Amino acid sequence: MKNKYPSVLLGLAFIFTEAPLFAHHGNSNFDTDKKLTMKATVTEWVWANPHCWLKFDAADEKGNVVHWIAETSNPADMTNLGGWSKQVFKPGDHVTVTLQPVKNGQPIGRVMQVVLANGQTLGTRIPGVFGPEVDAPKGGDSSK
Amino acid sequence: MSKRSLISMLPTAAVLCLCSALSPTTRAQQSGPQKQNAAPPALWNSPSIAPKQPPAPSGPAPRRDIGGIWDAFAAGIQPTGVKSHAPFTEGGEKMANTYKPGDGPRKVALALINDPLDGCDPAGFPRNLFFELRPFKVLQTPDQVLIVHEYQRVWRAIWTDGRELPKDPESRWYGYSVGHWQDDYTFVVDTVGLDERTWLDNAGDPHSDQMRVEETYHRVDQDTLELTVKIDDPKAYKEPWLGLNKFVLRRQPASFDIREMICAPSEAEAYKKEVAEPATR
Repeated sequence: MKNKYPSVLLGLAFIFTEAPLFAHHGNSNFDTDKKLTMKATVTEWVWANPHCWLKFDAADEKGNVVHWIAETSNPADMTNLGGWSKQVFKPGDHVTVTLQPVKNGQPIGRVMQVVLANGQTLGTRIPGVFGPEVDAPKGGDSSK
Repeated sequence: MSKRSLISMLPTAAVLCLCSALSPTTRAQQSGPQKQNAAPPALWNSPSIAPKQPPAPSGPAPRRDIGGIWDAFAAGIQPTGVKSHAPFTEGGEKMANTYKPGDGPRKVALALINDPLDGCDPAGFPRNLFFELRPFKVLQTPDQVLIVHEYQRVWRAIWTDGRELPKDPESRWYGYSVGHWQDDYTFVVDTVGLDERTWLDNAGDPHSDQMRVEETYHRVDQDTLELTVKIDDPKAYKEPWLGLNKFVLRRQPASFDIREMICAPSEAEAYKKEVAEPATR
């Protein structure tokens, strides 16, 4: 890991108005104030419980390839959202991933959305279904 | 595709089939005789996404009948645990201090979680009501009420033949349950014999093997069921308390397809190794 985040970072989100879907493991590892968007090449898509995860490569600001892992919710939740499936990605697919990174600087995060090469946007959130204790940015984190 | 991906492809394939079935091209192809083969739209609906429109006026509740498929949508997930509970006893506090949950007020970093679910232990009862209460089906037979759950694909049998609860029950993940009709629209279930290795909820709230759980299923109307769950565990809590209070469940069509959410140890281990541990370093 040469850099924490790739240069294709498009911006930071400070307030999430929709609740994360990640039911089991909370958000203590994730930097809920950050949102990264990057052009990515899929290397693997693991369709599994308790979370699915997408592995992909994205270039950092020096052009070095960074190997990212970003989780989603479980297969049942993803299927319910529509568009997601075990077959939705294959290695080599070019996609645009928006994610919330972990706090420790590792290239790990949880997927907020993926835009497929055909322009289709796959979201990971169900608006307003979880409470503010899950939804809140850092200041409202219930872990403190 | 990873070999670790062990979840059944059936639901996914089904959704893909539906997407295909709903595409303009496919619709055109389905005109004429093929149309009758189309799957009914309700077959692959979305259990965890609440409908945006308010429910249509419902008919009266049937007598002594809680059968059918019920869903609380996303509200059933309860990621942060029960809303509140009675104060711990000293014993309860001691147990709670050894439980390191992934969510709720005492949550810890991913790699430090010692939630038994992470190793795919059974959720057990009543955690299956207080966490990931996904769609479930109630079946009534002359002697039992059976509840079939999506999460971990487990079922419970509730005896309704008039028997008493056992005095010295064997320890079970899902306990030993007897039920009776309090009135024509209210089914009450008592459960004992619960394995104390299970957690009560996703926030790492404990229980002892002396816990007695009372569930009350009240059929409000044809499409609405209210669930109240009372925890009585004098070893862990200073007084009885309600884990759910008139929690609303909505009836789903008979064609509703209950998906599977199964914890596979190999998948859980891979998640820990690939995601949880590196995220915590």
